[in-house]
Amino acid sequence: MTPAGRPGAGGGRVAPTDGAWSVSDVTRRARALVEAGFNRLWVRGEVSGFKAFQSGHWYFTLRDAQAQVRCVMWRSDNQRATSPEEGTQVYVEASPTVWEERGEFRLTVRQLLPTDASGLWQLRLERARAALERDGLLDPARKRPVPPWPERVAVITSADGAAVHDIVSVLARRWPLAEVLLIPTRVQGEGAELDVLAALGVANRLPVDVAIVGRGGGSREDLWVFNSERVARAVAALSVPVISAVGHETDVTLTDLVADLRAATPSAAAAAATPDRAAVLPLVGGLARRLAHGLERRTELGRERLARTGDRLEATIREHTHRRSARLAELAAALDALSPLRVLERGYAVARDDDGRVLKRIAEFPPGRHFRLTVSDGDVGARAEGRPA
Amino acid sequence: MTNVSFREELDRLEAIVRSLERDDLDLDRALELFQEGVTRLRAARELLEQSELTVRRVLEAADGTIRSEPVDR
Repeated sequence: MTPAGRPGAGGGRVAPTDGAWSVSDVTRRARALVEAGFNRLWVRGEVSGFKAFQSGHWYFTLRDAQAQVRCVMWRSDNQRATSPEEGTQVYVEASPTVWEERGEFRLTVRQLLPTDASGLWQLRLERARAALERDGLLDPARKRPVPPWPERVAVITSADGAAVHDIVSVLARRWPLAEVLLIPTRVQGEGAELDVLAALGVANRLPVDVAIVGRGGGSREDLWVFNSERVARAVAALSVPVISAVGHETDVTLTDLVADLRAATPSAAAAAATPDRAAVLPLVGGLARRLAHGLERRTELGRERLARTGDRLEATIREHTHRRSARLAELAAALDALSPLRVLERGYAVARDDDGRVLKRIAEFPPGRHFRLTVSDGDVGARAEGRPA
Repeated sequence: MTNVSFREELDRLEAIVRSLERDDLDLDRALELFQEGVTRLRAARELLEQSELTVRRVLEAADGTIRSEPVDR
């Protein structure tokens, strides 16, 4: 094999006089070609021979049925990764290169993710989550309390899944006072994302108190629409508190993260959305008791007040009567004082003619006139003697 | 559905009870409030004991209008 030209990228180097390349030159050339020929890329493969060195760097081989490639992941890159199990499928984001010392083609791994068939989804999820976090949508302070007495509950889920059935039966048992507004949507498959977005838009135009968004359990792929960043943002933008119910115990979806409350199942979401009427009846009973007691207390106070009022009234009347009788005595005394007998007793006398008319003037006493004089104890006959003095 | 919601009944009941528990209330007014309280208690109990869940399916038409129809359970 004849070299096609000057090896390596380093200037000033002189080709060997026998026309042969040095090992260093060829590996350096190979490295340059490889590094220039690949962008950073995602590679999927099975991990074998994993070894974490004292230095903190990781070395392993990725293989599939036909080939294998050596990999290194520097300590600075692997610090936030979980070391892969032997034999597991992983995705690595890596830059292909040539390790000149060994003339070995290998991948310098920047990121390593478990696949279980969704490694790239996982990657997208991580990015979407970071974006939501950056916008403050994962802030716990954003979370709104669920209203205590909901009148209308929006339910955004598939019309024919188990979820809607579970939600309705729990609501019927716990809080049949509510009205359920079911906004049916596809929750998986082609078009599900747009469908859920439309349903969330409808929910925002309804006079509801709380919304439940979700579906029953399914595979990770089945739940994927609830990991859509657009769906998560629409959920966060709902005008009422949202309870997420993406039925899967282990996976927390983006929708779960932005919801005001996360429930593990649709049934749990329905329970979280409503009070239990069985627990509310005693509350009403308590109000009934307070009402009765309140009135009793009021009437008790009223009775006391009435009693006090009665006492005052009686006293007033008594005083009044007393004063009145004193006045009567006074009046009686006054009347008494006006009685002519009393005047006569004081030494006065009344003169009357034979007809009983009172004689008050000198002219009524001509000399020789007979008249009667009434004194305190009776009448005496009398005669006028003469002219006035 | 009744016109007055359970929440309204409950709010009013609580207000009535609080008023009755104050000492400065006129007796006539107290009796009036008690009467109202009894009526509202009965209504609240009926709501709790006799309500039946209603379910409506909401549909958005192509022109963006929203309508809903009852769903049989």
